[in-house]
Amino acid sequence: MFVPCDRGRGSAASDFKGFTLLVPAVSVGNVGQLAIDLVISTLDMTKVGYFYTDCLVPMVGNNPYATAEENSTELSINAEVYSLPSKKLVVLQIRSPFIKNKYRPFCEALLSWVKGSRCARVVVLSSSHAYQRDDEQLLGTPLRYLLTPDLEKAVGGLMQELNWKEMEKVAAYPGISDTDKVLHIPGGGITKLLFTESCSKGIQMAVLLKFCSEGDNIPDAFVLVNYLNEWLQLVKSEVSASNNSTDCSSQWKIPSSWRLLFGNGLPPALF
Amino acid sequence: MATFFGEVVVAPSRAGLDEEEEEREETPEDREIRRELEKKRCGRGGGGVDVLWSGLGPEPFVCSRFVVAIGRNAAAFLSSFILDSVCWEVVGVVKLWNEWCRTSSATNVLPTDSFCLFYRLISDPTVLLCQCSCYVAEDQQFQWLEKVFGSMQKEGLQVTILSTCPVADYKTQESTLTLASPFLKALKTKEFQEQVCCPLLEQPNIVRDLPAA
Repeated sequence: MFVPCDRGRGSAASDFKGFTLLVPAVSVGNVGQLAIDLVISTLDMTKVGYFYTDCLVPMVGNNPYATAEENSTELSINAEVYSLPSKKLVVLQIRSPFIKNKYRPFCEALLSWVKGSRCARVVVLSSSHAYQRDDEQLLGTPLRYLLTPDLEKAVGGLMQELNWKEMEKVAAYPGISDTDKVLHIPGGGITKLLFTESCSKGIQMAVLLKFCSEGDNIPDAFVLVNYLNEWLQLVKSEVSASNNSTDCSSQWKIPSSWRLLFGNGLPPALF
Repeated sequence: MATFFGEVVVAPSRAGLDEEEEEREETPEDREIRRELEKKRCGRGGGGVDVLWSGLGPEPFVCSRFVVAIGRNAAAFLSSFILDSVCWEVVGVVKLWNEWCRTSSATNVLPTDSFCLFYRLISDPTVLLCQCSCYVAEDQQFQWLEKVFGSMQKEGLQVTILSTCPVADYKTQESTLTLASPFLKALKTKEFQEQVCCPLLEQPNIVRDLPAA
């Protein structure tokens, strides 16, 4: 499924031993994908390959991270892999929805690629419908995390220090009190499937998600990517003197493809 | 999401999410309909897409230039300006079925039919043309691609894809009302070294579906 860009480099390009892999879930508000766009654009990551897959709706366009005329004509498709060896970071970006009935084969292929490329751990950026929160979830932070048992052993303590909140399990049958509790991520796309499969395959995976609704999800993307940054420290976070909180919004570079997200300019004849 | 009348409905998502399949409740009729649809689409195997070639010799056959016109406008362009019965002959057809259209193996088609035909230039048999005016569904696009390109040698092959999109879908700073249309935009791979006859497609515009595949 993975096709390296520079065919000459061959296996070197697809060996991500010890790297952290970031993957977005195609989820409500596309927050994971927007956050990944910010990571790729800010860290100026290099494309190292793409996924040749029949699981996603095809799309193609010119370079979404173009900064100048010279680099604006490279083609870009629906599932591409970028890397930054200096931070041992590799990132998959997904740019179109799943074709019906194809999300399961995609998950299997993705996890098998993860194992084959020897990534140390996977972080899934995702989101979940805000309107499905229960009373307790309505208060406090809208951010949640999940760790597979293998990653829990490695970094569980760090999550406590960061004061992060683990995603709550919900009753399988709401309203009936003594039922099993299950993981439920409404609007999360393939998040739950990736997580449960990784648990059973012994993959070190974390899920970082935000409760949100459809709309202008750019602020949600910033919040999620700052959340990720608290852990992975991808960019320096500045402490804002005025309100004594970490505000990294200025550290992230918005890609050129985020223009015109809400339509074209208005026709002057309207007025 | 609660609506005005108090009932809770699932909010549609831009991310194009499906409900989790285990939670979907199907009546026996729904299940029967779904099974019939699947049988029709995949009846002949391979996602229900079949490519039938004739007179092209053993596969993979040699092809130097392949022009693909996708959609009725592009297909009509080829019919009006390029194709004629003197210089071009039909060498292949795609048979497919989906909920929106069905093609047949007939080669004398009307412009209003849905069809997908391949033509070869008689004076240079390595030049192929494809007119695809039928709608190829999302889950059939990959099969179409693999079956068509799987039959041809790809060394030295130059592919040109012609397609149209509504002007209203074009994203630009000004309003599309004031744009002079129709206008041409192009996308090209880095291997394409020749001069392109029009400006390249700017971000954030993208191309989807079969032309993208």
